[in-house]
Amino acid sequence: MKEFEPKIIAFCCQYCAYAAADLAGSMRLKYAPNIRIVLVPCTGRIDVIHILRAVENGADGVLVAGCLEGGCHFVEGNFKAKNRVRYVKNLLGRIGIEEERVEMFNLSSAEGPRFAEIANEMTERIKTLGPSPLRREG
Amino acid sequence: MIIAEMKPIEEILDMIRDYQKILVVGCKGCVAVCSTGGPKEVSVLASLIRIARKKEGRDIVIDEESLDRQCEPEFVDLAGDKVADADAVLSLACGAGVQMLAERFQDKVILPGCNTTFLGVTEELGVWSERCAGCGNCILDKTAGLCPIARCSKQLLNGPCGGSMNGKCEISKDVDCVWQLIIDRLTRLNRLEMLEEIFPVKDWSPAGHGGPRKMVREDLKT
Ligand code: SF4
Ligand code: SF4
Repeated sequence: MKEFEPKIIAFCCQYCAYAAADLAGSMRLKYAPNIRIVLVPCTGRIDVIHILRAVENGADGVLVAGCLEGGCHFVEGNFKAKNRVRYVKNLLGRIGIEEERVEMFNLSSAEGPRFAEIANEMTERIKTLGPSPLRREG
Repeated sequence: MIIAEMKPIEEILDMIRDYQKILVVGCKGCVAVCSTGGPKEVSVLASLIRIARKKEGRDIVIDEESLDRQCEPEFVDLAGDKVADADAVLSLACGAGVQMLAERFQDKVILPGCNTTFLGVTEELGVWSERCAGCGNCILDKTAGLCPIARCSKQLLNGPCGGSMNGKCEISKDVDCVWQLIIDRLTRLNRLEMLEEIFPVKDWSPAGHGGPRKMVREDLKT
């Protein structure tokens, strides 16, 4: 059987994670190709519905990547995102979708290698969990 | 405003278990303000239900609608076509909104997605607390603008009781003793002597103890 290749949606803040992904590219770092990046102006823009829609439409994992705590360009967008991610995890857990499929990460724009690490880490995690239950039975 | 909170998702899923096509109806009034039943929450709940059902391998079709106010027939009737299309309607409005739907759509299954909890205020984003119990005979003029019926655990009219400690109610250190707040505020207003007036036994009939309540304004009736 073909090895399971997860589809992971990464909501990346333009001031940090997105720039870090760019840097990882410029540095020619190799990382798992399973990440589909969605650029957002700030992780504070991510609402519960955005994460749910990704899951609903078949994402095996969703990651939200924002600035280091205290480093948000809009002061507290990443804290808002953190709370919303926690909220979604709880909702999903209660309907039997593994909470680990959704995660928040924090990094700075200078951390290209860290971005590659996060991409790999999340891909490994989702590979261990297997495909989203929506894809398995749907 | 009327405060409500979404029912546990497990309970909602159980309620709609037998239906293949539902309509989730929110309200842009009170429940939208307390982030429970506005258009945003309608989308979140609809998505959550679709995910849960897809996971079970039993897809469900969900239509979404949010009415300006679910407690008024004119607005409720606007949802007529969508209601007609659905097997069941899940309302995210307060209990009044749910019942207005049930009244206007006699042959449709109408289900509550929220628990209506109290009349209250927004303390800060994400925090709401009770202020009024709808007693039908307001006494705020005598209690420095703070309601002992909604906010005193014992609904004392001549408080505080002996359980008031360091400004907190004996039921929990997180609950202010409203009688302490009343005294503090009367002190600030220089009206402490108002406490000497003893409240007589309260007539609870306007509070609903005299049966369901109704208000009629003849000048407005058509
Ligand atoms: S239906 Fe309920 S929540 Fe909506 S406006 Fe009327 S009273 Fe408020
Ligand atoms: S006295 Fe009655 S009407 Fe006035 S705030 Fe308290 S419960 Fe509401």
